[in-house]
Amino acid sequence: MQNHPQQTQSPLAQAQAGQSQNGQMQSQSGTVPCLPGYETGSFFDEVVDQDSFARPDAVALVDLINRLPPGELNRRQLAIERSLYQMGITFTVYSDSAGTEKIMPFDIVPRIISPDVWTHIDTGLKQRIRALNRFLSDIYNERKIIEDGIIPASIVDSCPAYLPQCKGLRPPHDVWCHITGTDLVRDNDGNVFVLEDNLRCPSGVSYVLQNRSVMKRNFPQAFTASMVRPVSDYPARLYQMLRRMAPSHIADPNVVVLTPGVYNSAYYEHSYLAHQMGVELVEGRDLLVKDDRVYMRTTDGLQAVDVIYRRVDDTFLDPKVFNPKSVLGVPGLMSAYRAGNVALANAPGTGVADDKVVYAYVPEMIQYYLGEEPILSNVPTYLCDREEDRAYVLDHLDELVVKAAGESGGYGILIGPHATPEERQEFAAKIIDNPRNYIAQPTLQLSRVPTMVDDHLEGRHVDLRPYILCDGPDDVWVLPGGLTRVALKKGCLVVNSSQGGGSKDTWVVAQAGETIARV
Amino acid sequence: MLSRVAESVYWMSRQVERAENIARFLEVTLNLILDQPENLVDPWSPLVQVTADEEWFEEKYGKPDSRNVVQFLAFDDEYPNSMVSCLRAARENARGVRETLSSEAFEQLNQFYHFVGDASPAAAMDPTSQFFDDVRKQTLLWSGVFASTMAQDSGWHFANLGRMLERADKTSRILDVKYFNLLPNLADVGTAVDDLQWSALLLAISGFEAYRRDHHQIEIEKVVDFFLFNRSFPRSIHHCIASANWSLGEIEQASSSNMNRTAGPILDELQHRLAHTQVEEALAGGMHQFVDSVQSEINRIGEALGQDYFQISVNS
Repeated sequence: MQNHPQQTQSPLAQAQAGQSQNGQMQSQSGTVPCLPGYETGSFFDEVVDQDSFARPDAVALVDLINRLPPGELNRRQLAIERSLYQMGITFTVYSDSAGTEKIMPFDIVPRIISPDVWTHIDTGLKQRIRALNRFLSDIYNERKIIEDGIIPASIVDSCPAYLPQCKGLRPPHDVWCHITGTDLVRDNDGNVFVLEDNLRCPSGVSYVLQNRSVMKRNFPQAFTASMVRPVSDYPARLYQMLRRMAPSHIADPNVVVLTPGVYNSAYYEHSYLAHQMGVELVEGRDLLVKDDRVYMRTTDGLQAVDVIYRRVDDTFLDPKVFNPKSVLGVPGLMSAYRAGNVALANAPGTGVADDKVVYAYVPEMIQYYLGEEPILSNVPTYLCDREEDRAYVLDHLDELVVKAAGESGGYGILIGPHATPEERQEFAAKIIDNPRNYIAQPTLQLSRVPTMVDDHLEGRHVDLRPYILCDGPDDVWVLPGGLTRVALKKGCLVVNSSQGGGSKDTWVVAQAGETIARV
Repeated sequence: MLSRVAESVYWMSRQVERAENIARFLEVTLNLILDQPENLVDPWSPLVQVTADEEWFEEKYGKPDSRNVVQFLAFDDEYPNSMVSCLRAARENARGVRETLSSEAFEQLNQFYHFVGDASPAAAMDPTSQFFDDVRKQTLLWSGVFASTMAQDSGWHFANLGRMLERADKTSRILDVKYFNLLPNLADVGTAVDDLQWSALLLAISGFEAYRRDHHQIEIEKVVDFFLFNRSFPRSIHHCIASANWSLGEIEQASSSNMNRTAGPILDELQHRLAHTQVEEALAGGMHQFVDSVQSEINRIGEALGQDYFQISVNS
């Protein structure tokens, strides 16, 4: 907080500060810093406060870590890595012809989220997904938001993910985005910001479930003491939601998961979710469309399919409508979809709403569609397409993070303060060349969590991807917790697994009356 | 079940079985050379002959010896039927149908693959029967996991079908090649060396003890009879075909469709033939011819399964 004395504190940060004082009083009893040798530096640490006391919800965890014999934490860390490898929870490294697989690095120290912070996130995400679904419905139909001058047509229509083929679509209950994974970060004051909305089949939830099961095996005591909320009901809730999407006359709908196949980097997750839900995992070649009905090829002949949780990108879904070269999709699928004979989660075309430029308009969307103030803030965003923003960005490249609107996975990013003058020049040229494709944001000092580095704990930056299931405007559920990604390199602010990031289990602490994870 | 899944399970199971047989052959051969007087029957060429890929071998390796045959059969990445290639393919197939396997089954296969993959450079440098014995133990674990953690549904039966057809094929090949190699040395008949060779043959299908219990002495006719027609030994051809036929029957019974299928009758006929042929007849007509016809029947069954279950078209 001393870094930004001029900034007013959000109510949330105040709550956090108040809490840490309480925690301090409770655990004081004349002891030294709660984790010996651990330093929070000038960062907001989610486990240890700036006076080196455990935050109240982390006291049980810190006590447990301190009670372990020397070297034990590291030993368990290594044991977990081995078991993940043996369980085959890996992603494929594309560049390697031998099909080398890596586990997503996992860190043993969980991230803990207090109940009030979680309530804030939970209500904020529900509000946001309601607005985004309204926006998608609007943009592919009436386009009132453009008519009313809230967002320019040029921005929407120039999104690479805007699909004219989806005009006039009306998915059941007007839900386009059934499954969302929104990326959140916390800054140096602990304030929560939305970094990105991921509306196109976001991945990672299988890591949340696996991380949890691994942690239960290794830290059963800490679970009970910390009152952690469960995540294991995710597959059951996902299945219920998918079932309810089926065309209404189908009594016992056949739900399937559609994967691009075993070479996709998220294949493990597709398979895991299908297994957990007890449904078939299909590839495009397993399906065919006859008279606007979708069928799968089985050893008993053709069998009708009613709901598809598709993990194939929009433009590969149907070669008749989108990319004609796609072999991952099913010819005729869109026609069956339009005819209402099959449900797709998510609907095609949702990518337009998580475009990095459209993102900047989400707060306005919330006001426009819901008449509410946004609960979760966006990170302030400069749109290089606007002349004054562009001038500011080009002048302040050494302070800003610049992102290419059309890229994901941590690619196409310039982190100004860490970049060389040459890299900044290169980005300046790109921005001038194609301003629509670039946005810039202030460099946030992301919050940190203690993380095993070699054989001791150091603070590392994290983000959070909670998963949201949306059944209808009033029926939204947020998985308590989500995927905490951690940048394992010292000082690094990019957490993507393709950039050497790892993950942690995320513990949302229950309030009175809420269910607690069973070990 | 999905046709693709059925096909993958079938091949996964065949490929593990194939890898197991390779480990078995190599283990037995590596053991055999320890007992063998110098300059006797070359034990390595037959192992290449079993594969029916001799030309491929000669082009790459030249004359067979212990080092290059082990490299070829066990560790050659380029040879699609090597042990390591089979396990990789099996694991790829398993990854593609992971949700239909029990977690234990997938994990065992995954661990099996890593065990062989991690050990391969060292084991190729200094091939020992111990290593292949360890591999064989992995396959026993695999069989155990498969038998005790998976529901015996259609998926299981497709796997059993693949395993049994592959096993029958491999048993027939090892018999064919060894027989061809051993028999011309008429002078050896009844000698200790001959005993050693034929015992090795039985060991290659883990049938040595079972044979001894039945027959005590090694006699060529009885060994051939054991390989082809024994009803109770799990690696005899008759037993394999009967088990495959049982699985196919279960699959058909569980099916709700009345599609016209062709694999069943071929399998029935083959089983019938194995049940009603005497070893004397088989030998009189030429052992090689008999084995050859069994192999081509097995191939026909494989093709028929493809049409019946794996390639389902719009009009099905």
